[in-house]
Amino acid sequence: MKLTRRDFAKAQAGAVAAAVAGIPLVEASNLITSSDQTQMEWNKAPCRFCGTGCSVMVATKDNQVVATHGDIKAEVNRGLNCVKGYFLSKIMYGKDRLTKPLLRMKDGKFDKNGEFAEVSWDQAFDIMAEKVKAALKNHGPNSVGMFGSGQWTVWEGYAASKLYKAGLRSNNIDPNARHCMASAVMGFMRTFGMDEPMGCYDDFEHANAFVLWGSNMAEMHPVLWTRITDRRLSAPDTQVAVLSTYEHRSFELADIPMVFTPHTDLVILNYIANYLIENDAIDKDFVAKHTNFVKGAEDIGYGLRPTNPLEARAKNAEKANTWEPYSLEQFAEFVKPYTLARAAKESGVPAERLEKLAKLYADPNIRVMSLWTMGANQHTRGVWVNNLIYNIHLLTGKISQPGNSPFSLTGQPSACGTAREVGTFAHRLPADMLIANPEHRAKAEKIWKLPAGAIQDQLGFHAVLQSRKLKDGEIKFYWTQVTNNMQAGPNVMEEILPGWRNPEAFVVVSDVYPTVSAQAADLILPSAMWVEKEGAYGNAERRTQFWHQLVKAPGDAKSDLWQLVEFSKRFTTDEVWPAELLDKNPDFKGKTLFDVLFANGKVNAFGKEDIAEGYANDEADAFGFYLQKGLFEEYAEFGRGHAHDLADFDTYHNSRGLRWPVVDGKETKWRYAEGHDPYVKPGKGFEFYGKPDGKALIFALPYEAPPEAPDADFPFWLCTGRVIEHWHTGSMTDRVDELHKAVPQALVYMHPDDAKKLNVRRGSEVMLTTRRGEMRGRVETRGRNKVPQGLIFVPFFDAKRLVNKLTLDATDPISKQTDFKKCAVKIEAIV
Amino acid sequence: MKKHLLIAACMGLLSWGAVAESLDAPAPDGRRLGGTIAQELQAEEMPKVENKDLKRERNYPEQPPTIPHKIDGYRVDTNSNKCLSCHSRSTAAKSQAPMISITHYMDRDGQPLATVSPRRYFCEQCHVPQHETPAAIPNTFKNIDQVLEGGASQP
Repeated sequence: MKLTRRDFAKAQAGAVAAAVAGIPLVEASNLITSSDQTQMEWNKAPCRFCGTGCSVMVATKDNQVVATHGDIKAEVNRGLNCVKGYFLSKIMYGKDRLTKPLLRMKDGKFDKNGEFAEVSWDQAFDIMAEKVKAALKNHGPNSVGMFGSGQWTVWEGYAASKLYKAGLRSNNIDPNARHCMASAVMGFMRTFGMDEPMGCYDDFEHANAFVLWGSNMAEMHPVLWTRITDRRLSAPDTQVAVLSTYEHRSFELADIPMVFTPHTDLVILNYIANYLIENDAIDKDFVAKHTNFVKGAEDIGYGLRPTNPLEARAKNAEKANTWEPYSLEQFAEFVKPYTLARAAKESGVPAERLEKLAKLYADPNIRVMSLWTMGANQHTRGVWVNNLIYNIHLLTGKISQPGNSPFSLTGQPSACGTAREVGTFAHRLPADMLIANPEHRAKAEKIWKLPAGAIQDQLGFHAVLQSRKLKDGEIKFYWTQVTNNMQAGPNVMEEILPGWRNPEAFVVVSDVYPTVSAQAADLILPSAMWVEKEGAYGNAERRTQFWHQLVKAPGDAKSDLWQLVEFSKRFTTDEVWPAELLDKNPDFKGKTLFDVLFANGKVNAFGKEDIAEGYANDEADAFGFYLQKGLFEEYAEFGRGHAHDLADFDTYHNSRGLRWPVVDGKETKWRYAEGHDPYVKPGKGFEFYGKPDGKALIFALPYEAPPEAPDADFPFWLCTGRVIEHWHTGSMTDRVDELHKAVPQALVYMHPDDAKKLNVRRGSEVMLTTRRGEMRGRVETRGRNKVPQGLIFVPFFDAKRLVNKLTLDATDPISKQTDFKKCAVKIEAIV
Repeated sequence: MKKHLLIAACMGLLSWGAVAESLDAPAPDGRRLGGTIAQELQAEEMPKVENKDLKRERNYPEQPPTIPHKIDGYRVDTNSNKCLSCHSRSTAAKSQAPMISITHYMDRDGQPLATVSPRRYFCEQCHVPQHETPAAIPNTFKNIDQVLEGGASQP
C-alpha cells in the first residue's frame, strides 16, 4: 500500500538560485507545473541513525532520494527530526560509495599486503568460502567469527545469527551493540529476568521529573529531548536533573545540574537508596509484594586479559554474575555507609543538590523518569549502575506506570529490534533465550527445523574477545557488517589493528564507504543501505518499524541480507557439520546451508506476489521468494505467546510501528502492570514475570574503583563520546557537506585553566598519550562542552582522529561492554 | 596515497611513534588517507565559522536552513534564548532577520500556540553554523530541480 502520494504542484526551478549555483536551465520558464514532471513519491522509513526511531517521510524521483522530512503522523517524533535526520537525503550519495567487491591482491592472487583490486561477487565468495572451509576443517567452528550491528535490519541480524549459529555451528557472532547496550541488557536480565524497558515514550508527557544518569540527550537523543523540553517548559513544576562527568548541552535545561567525579555514580545511587530507607520513603507494600533482595558478587575484575594483574587479583572474576539471598534489613545496613556527606565528598557534587535529587525519588507525588545511555552502560560497573537505578525505582514503587519509568535509552536504530531481540549476541538466541540453556537450544532447533544438537552449547566470543582472539591467531575468518570497529572499538593499536592484520586472519568488511575498517580489511564488500533495501528496525520503546525498498543500490552493491543468504549457498552440510550429526540425520546430507536455513519451507513460504504493489525488492528478485517476510514470520514464532508477540508482517508496513508485545492487535505501553500488559495475571497489580516468582530483584552492590585512574604519568581523565551532527564514526554524516562543515573535526575539549597550565590555548595542537597509543588533536576551551579541570572529552566520529587508539579495553565483567568513558591520558603541546 | 604519505613524511608530519609497516597495508582513501591507520598525521587547523549573513540554498524545502553567522557565546537555556531575540515573530521586523517558520509555533498535535513551541526551543538541534572548510568528500546528491532537469541517476 502506498502511504502518501503528494502532488508537487509548483516546482520552483528558481532562476536566481540556479544562476548562483551555476545550474543551466533547460527551459526559459522558471516554473515547472506539469504534474507528470513534478510528482514525487513519498514513503515512510525510520531514520537511519539513533535508537529514538523517528519516522521520516522520504521523497523519491527517478530512482533517487530527493527530500526527507519528519513524519507528522509518527507518534515518536510528530514531524520533527534532528539536524542529522533532516539531512538523511544525502547520506547515500557520498562520491566514494563502494560499488564493487575489492580484494587485496598481488600478482592476481590474494595477498595480505597487496593492493585492493576489483573482483566479482563470485570471486569474493570463492575466497570467503575457501577461507571458512579451511578454518572449520583445521581449527573447528571457533575459528570463524562475525561482528554485526544494531544497525542491521531485523532480518539481516536474524539471518546472520542463523547462518553462524545453526549453519556454520559457531556462536562467535556478536553485534556492536556489545559496545553500546550490553550492560543495559544484563541489568534487565538480572533485575527483571527479561530484556528491554517496561515503559515507553508516553512517559515523557506524564512524568514531572526527569533524571539523566549519564546521557546527553540534547545531542544524542535530540527528538526525545524535545519531548522533555516541551514538558519542562510547558509544565513549570517539572524538574530536570542532569548528572554527568562534564557539563554538556543537556545542562541548559537542568534544574539540578550535577558534575560528578567519574565512577562515583555508584556512590550517589547507593546514597539515594540509603536516603529512601532512612527517611521512610520506601513503598513497603510494593517492596513486599513485588521484590526480593539479593547481594551480588563483589570484586569481579575488569574484563581484561586474564594475564593482566588487575584481573588475576580479582576474587570473583569467574562468578561475576552471581548473587545470594538478602533481606531488606541487611540491605539497609549495606547502604548505610553511603551517607550524604560521603556521597558529596566522593562525587564532588554539592550536598544540597544530591539531597534535592534524592527527594525527587522520595516524594510519592513526583512521577520520575530516569534515563541513561552510554554514561551508565560504558562503565566497568555498568551492569551494577543499571541494577542500582532499578533499585531506587523498585524501593519507591515508581515503575511500570505512566511517568514512573526507569528508561534505558538505546544508541542504535535497531539495538533492541535486531541486536537484542533476534539473538545476535554470542550468548543468546532469539527472544531473550540463551545458548547455555539446553531447552532454549532445543526450541530454536525445532523452530529452525534442524536436528537436535545442531546448535553448539559453547558460548561464542564477545566483541572485545573477538579482537583478542584475532590477535592471538585463533580466529581465522572474520566478517563484519554495518559497523566500523577499527574506529569505534577500544584499544585499536594494541588489539584490534594487530588482530586484523594478523597473517593468520582473513577479514571481510561489508560497508557502503571506505571506512577505517574497510581500509584494514582483506576483502571489502559493497553494501546497499537504508532505503536501497526493505528493512525493519526496533527502537528503544519496543516499537518495530518497517520500510520498503525505495531506490536501487549503486553499481554492484548488494544488501547485507543478500550477502548472507547468497553466501550460504557455498556450503553443503557435509562440509561444515560433523559426520555424527549427519549420520543421525541423513535427510540433511548433501544439502546446502541455503536449503537447510532459508529454503526450509518457512523462510521461503511467501512468494513475490505478497510484496506490496509498486515496490522493488532486489532480494525477492534474486531468490524468487519474499525473503524478508519469511525471515520475519519465522523469527516471530519465537516470541508469540511468550510476552514478545509481534503483529503480522503487513501490519508494520501499514503503520508507524507498534510496541511489543502486540496481543490481539493491541500494543503494550507499560509492561508488568495490570491493565496495561495482557501477560500480568488478574489481581496481581504488578507482575515481573521474567522471574519465576514474579518478583524483581533489588541488588546490594558496592562502590568499586575503576581499573585505571589519573596518576602522575597520565594525569587526566579521558572521556569519549559523540556530537549531535555526526552519527557514530561519521561514515555517513561526514559525507554530508552541511554536517561536515558544522563540525569538521573532533576536538579535544579542555578546561581553560588546564590549557593555561599546559601552555596551550584554543586551536593549539596537542599529543594525547595513554599506555596504549597516541593521538594528535586541536584544543577547544569553549563551545558546547564545559569540562572540569582534570578531564578532557574527545568525540569518536572523526576518521582522522582515532581516539580509540587511546581507550582501554576494560569491560564490565558481567556484560563484557567496554568502558569508553574513562581512562588516564597525558597531554603535551606540539610545538 | 603513497604520494600523500611521502609528502607527509617530508613535511615532518608523521607521528613520533615508530610506524609499524605491517599494520598499514595499502588501502583506498576514505575520510582517512589509505594506509595510515597506525600513524598520527597533523590535525588540521580549526577553520573559522562563516559569518557573512548570506542565506544559503536549501537542498529541499523541508531542510532546516543552516545558520549563516557566528553564534559564539549565544545563551539558550531555561531563562533566555538569544536566537529568538532576533528571529521570533515579534523581533524579526526590527532585526530584519528571517522569522522562524510557522511550524515552530505549533504543538505536538499541530495546534498553533501563542508563542514559540517549547518543543522547538533549542535551536541548535536542527540549525547549525558552517565552518569555512571544503567538503570532506564530495556529495553527488541531486536536488529536485537537477533531477527534473534530467540529471542522470546516481552513479
